[in-house]
Amino acid sequence: MNMLEISGVHTHYGHVHALKGVDLVVRSGEIVTLIGANGAGKSTLMMTLFGVPHLSSGRIVFEGEDISGLKAHQISRRGIALVPEGRRIFPRMTVLENLQMGAAMSPAAHFGPDLERMFALFPVLEERLLQRAGTLSGGEQQMLAIARALMARPKLLLLDEPSLGLAPLYIRRVFDIIGELNRDHGMTILLVEQNAHHALRVAHRGLVLQQGKVVLEGNGQELLANPAVRAAYLEADQ
Amino acid sequence: MRAIFPRQALSIAERLRDAGWIAFVALVLGVPMIGLTTVDAGNKLVVHTRLPLLMEFVAACFLGRLALRFSLDKFAQRKIERQAQEARRTVQIPARSTLPLIKWLGWWLLGAALVLPLMFSGNRYVVDTATTVLIYVMLGWGLNVVVGLAGLLDLGYVAFYAVGAYAYALLSTQFGWGFWQSLPVAGGLAAFFGLALGWPTLRLRGDYLAIVTLGFGEIIRIILVNWTELSGGPNGIASIPRPSFFGLPFQAPSDDGVQTFAGFFGLEYSPGQRVIFLYYLILLLALLTNLFVTRMRRLPVGRAWEAIREDEIACKALGINVVTVKLSAFALGAMLGGLAGVFFAARQGFISPESFVFSESATILAIVVLGGMGSQLGVVLASLVLVLLPEIGRDFAEYRMLLFGMAMILIMVWRPGGLLVRREPAIMAPAPMQARP
Ligand SMILES: Nc1ncnc2c1ncn2[C@@H]1O[C@H](COP(=O)(O)OP(=O)(O)O)[C@@H](O)[C@H]1O
Ligand SMILES: [Mg+2]
Repeated sequence: MNMLEISGVHTHYGHVHALKGVDLVVRSGEIVTLIGANGAGKSTLMMTLFGVPHLSSGRIVFEGEDISGLKAHQISRRGIALVPEGRRIFPRMTVLENLQMGAAMSPAAHFGPDLERMFALFPVLEERLLQRAGTLSGGEQQMLAIARALMARPKLLLLDEPSLGLAPLYIRRVFDIIGELNRDHGMTILLVEQNAHHALRVAHRGLVLQQGKVVLEGNGQELLANPAVRAAYLEADQ
Repeated sequence: MRAIFPRQALSIAERLRDAGWIAFVALVLGVPMIGLTTVDAGNKLVVHTRLPLLMEFVAACFLGRLALRFSLDKFAQRKIERQAQEARRTVQIPARSTLPLIKWLGWWLLGAALVLPLMFSGNRYVVDTATTVLIYVMLGWGLNVVVGLAGLLDLGYVAFYAVGAYAYALLSTQFGWGFWQSLPVAGGLAAFFGLALGWPTLRLRGDYLAIVTLGFGEIIRIILVNWTELSGGPNGIASIPRPSFFGLPFQAPSDDGVQTFAGFFGLEYSPGQRVIFLYYLILLLALLTNLFVTRMRRLPVGRAWEAIREDEIACKALGINVVTVKLSAFALGAMLGGLAGVFFAARQGFISPESFVFSESATILAIVVLGGMGSQLGVVLASLVLVLLPEIGRDFAEYRMLLFGMAMILIMVWRPGGLLVRREPAIMAPAPMQARP
């Protein structure tokens, strides 16, 4: 079943035409990776899903409901959680308070068990529970950002460049967790990355976004083998 | 990131050298400000020296610096120890052991505030000044919600103070309402004005918001000056009734049979009784404010204020309705300002637009910033500094504002994040965690 259907979405920032008719489908239970160079419009697509900025035309359907007219907080309450680019944790608040903000819209009874689950997934958060989030390392902050998003018990998790600026060890850890969330917890994930190598390997399907348009689509292995993809996104990594 | 590396304990020589420097600076500044004074001898001005006073000043700076340095080091030391402890402790979570020094200072200040009128019952000036300090504390706590917690820079806060004051003045003089009756109505009205300011400025941040709020404050003041039928214009409103003690007025016993406070309790009437009553009244209001804000901070909406200050986009992504959260901060802050305004009008008995000029807003904002944005105790310390400095500075006559400005600069150099930088987490341990084995 299609959880998310994006069809013909255009987004503008003033005169900048950032998305030029994007079509994308995410099925329930899969990981879809969107790769693209800097400025391709990946973050714009993520944010457009959340209604900031608003799309200029097209449709976004989540679980059969057109959500393109909704406000950000309403979209989030439909069951979509976003881990934004650059993590955007609340630096002056403690790790615990960050997690509480993630659960702000959930019933209070969920909080304890969910917290336990996060500790199991990210043991480091339990160790740092009362530390100010701004004092965590980049990798730990990314864990916190993911955990905070998960506290809302989303059906669909959007991750915007979760490996950006992380040490190699943490990059691997992040992708392991993405795989684990999907495999063991059935989480549906839309992942945006420049790190094509890791991201395509963990994904069921991948798409390549270039200058606001999807130019290639296939399963992860196909894209990894595609010469154009290799030339554009993999050679530089090696 | 000063606190990451434990500072070496300073040797005595280093401490003395440090204090010596400060004393030297004090001497250089003190010569023109204190050492020399002009005296009107007959028909010409003669310059006199005041060496003893200058020496006292320098000595006070020297000792003060020693004490300050020492206590700051102690503070930093404790902080490091605590961090080390926290790092070592992995699983178990401390129940409520944080910030012993700050807690201790807070309780100590509260105790001092409670007994102050008893210690100075004969000294009206002290109690009066303390009342002023408390008004600013309450205003500071109110503005703290908007600026410190929600991160919305508001330069027109005095407008809400004015709304509260005028609301009480009008309700009491025109309709004969009492203090306690007017309080909720005036607070509600101020909150409404808060919404009226908040709604159009929802999309603004930082500088732009500051400019609009500044304008809002001025608009309110100008309306008060010009709408003479309502506000009395520049002449203001006089003979505002003073609050009574559960219906017992504070006045000299009279023949018309009115039961007075002094009469009811069989006391000798003295005008000081009202001063002390007003003091305890504002203390009560301020403490209620504090309790209320502290409680709010623990609720989701209160925590969302801080989250919005930190990152609005992240908040939206977490499903938080940024509009309601911001409006609630504006409304609540405004309400608290309005309540302080009611007290102000009742205490003064007379109000005019003069009392609600921009410099008031600036002072309240300075209290919040100087106190360390978001810190409740910091607001108290900053109010003490900002109200008492000009009072003490009266002896320095025309140098008063210079001294005031210098002190502000020094504080910002020493404590760039405000007097108390560290915010206290709203929640120390989640309930389900405590129950865990
Ligand atoms: N807030 C903005 N205002 C104007 N243009 C923007 C804004 N954000 C992004 N853009 C432009 O939109 C295009 C896509 O940006 P973005 O979605 O951030 O790319 P990516 O995330 O793939 O690196 C870029 O050309 C960028 O300059
Ligand atoms: Mg991006």
